[in-house]
Amino acid sequence: MFRRLHTSSSTLTITLDGVALKVAPGDSVAAAVLASGNPACRQTPVTGSDRAPFCMMGACFDCLVEIDGVPNRQACLVEVREGMQVRRQARPTLVADRLAS
Amino acid sequence: MSGEIIDLAVIGAGPAGMAAATVAADLGLDVTVFDENPAPGGQIYRGIEAVATKRASDLAMLGPAYEAGKTIVSAFRASKAKHQPNTSVWLVQKDRQLGIASGGRASMVQARRILIASGAQERPVPIPGWTLPGVMLAGATQGLLKSAGMVPSGPVVLAGNGPLLYQLGAQLAAAGAKVTALLETEARYGAALQHLPGAIASGGYLAKGLGLISAIRKAGVPIRRNVTGLKAIGKDHVEAVEFAANGRAWRLDCEVLCLHQGVVSNAQLTLAIPAKHEWNEAQRCWRPVTDAWGNTDLEGIAVAGDCGGIGGAEAAAHAGRIAACEAARALGKIDAPQRDTRASGDRSAWERHLRIRPFLDALYPPSRAIAVPADDVTLCRCEEVTAGEVRAAVRQGGTGPNQVKSFTRTGMGPCQGRMCALTVSEVIADQLGKSMAEVGTYRVRFPIKPLTVGELASLE
Repeated sequence: MFRRLHTSSSTLTITLDGVALKVAPGDSVAAAVLASGNPACRQTPVTGSDRAPFCMMGACFDCLVEIDGVPNRQACLVEVREGMQVRRQARPTLVADRLAS
Repeated sequence: MSGEIIDLAVIGAGPAGMAAATVAADLGLDVTVFDENPAPGGQIYRGIEAVATKRASDLAMLGPAYEAGKTIVSAFRASKAKHQPNTSVWLVQKDRQLGIASGGRASMVQARRILIASGAQERPVPIPGWTLPGVMLAGATQGLLKSAGMVPSGPVVLAGNGPLLYQLGAQLAAAGAKVTALLETEARYGAALQHLPGAIASGGYLAKGLGLISAIRKAGVPIRRNVTGLKAIGKDHVEAVEFAANGRAWRLDCEVLCLHQGVVSNAQLTLAIPAKHEWNEAQRCWRPVTDAWGNTDLEGIAVAGDCGGIGGAEAAAHAGRIAACEAARALGKIDAPQRDTRASGDRSAWERHLRIRPFLDALYPPSRAIAVPADDVTLCRCEEVTAGEVRAAVRQGGTGPNQVKSFTRTGMGPCQGRMCALTVSEVIADQLGKSMAEVGTYRVRFPIKPLTVGELASLE
């Protein structure tokens, strides 16, 4: 969905859902996800619809991802680091779901 | 808490925060700037240091207004002010204690004075389909261009109004992105005309704006005027935008849709403390009530820059310096006449920059149809609540945003109302025939940034 003007800048490697991804130093995690080909960061708890970075300035919270095992990090505010493990967040199972099943 | 008391805690490292900290440190105050971003610059000068050193070829495309950030950032770096990046401020108390979090640990800081320079955020643009991946705020796309040197790889459409939209259009075209069209929702030249003398007196803003529009035209990007009925279309991702203009319906394919309806003060912190606020009818947003020095009604807590009313980056830097002089006076480093002398140049420049605002506010009002959307449009992105559900809650007796919040969960999601507060209040005000000042806004509560249990437990 987004491309880099300077392709040679991607010198770091992170994993996104376990798959290696080349990123540039200084990228936010959200920027890295947007350049990955699939911009979705998480599914909403209510309807499970995909959400991707929307404001890129820490206000909308649509870019919440799991970073190195810690869920609900704002991807637009965290810089990539070599070896960082990023996971998209699936719709959580809610108490309401359990009651309905 | 460490027991150390700092003179001045500045929240936000944008133009207002950086300029304030630089001057305050120069005047002998012990200053720390807390900022949640990795590098100073705020939104307007996002990534300026990295761009200047590693991607200098991008400076021409980003324009001189962006490059101007180099001066302010380097002055800040050269000052004795301390900078704590990657640090969120989740609490500000009336006794000037701050709750901060960084690197998985939380702590408390006591300050003699606090300057809140939390800037602006984009006004929410609740149109059908605005939650689809690929639909972004214009500032988000601009932020990617600045901080990561990224542009949309496929066709991109810009829609809405306001200076930022034109600036983004010119930047994206210069960067080689495929800008399909710029869709302008509203531009009231007639209403703006009476403010033309002020706009001319404010300096180069008009020439800059005309230059951006001309650059967009030269790049071959069509500009459609008086666009209504904006709708983002797509299944899992935005695929097209539909709208009406020139008396007919349009559909344009796009992979990225950038929306913009101007910017509003980021009053989340000041609302939470809470400082006294007022509704700014011209800018259609809330702002803390301040005196001429940026002081709020709370002792020792001041604001500077766009979080106190939208004035733009240059005005923000002057406001920051003015507030820094006042902080030095309040803490006994200089007396009132010295403060007045020191701040006089910034004050006249600040007032000059603000003279463009009535013109811009009148020219680019947020579209009423977007601000008060139809029943099927999602208002609250987090809890996925529609305008219709809010109206139903009002019919059931929810007379204000806080009641509607308990009825429908609007504003209870992770963004804590940042993306829905204005729209929810606009819908309620519209339905009840009341003013925004009467309807009010959500009661914002701390912590205003997410805090893990681990971080909370790390507090001494």
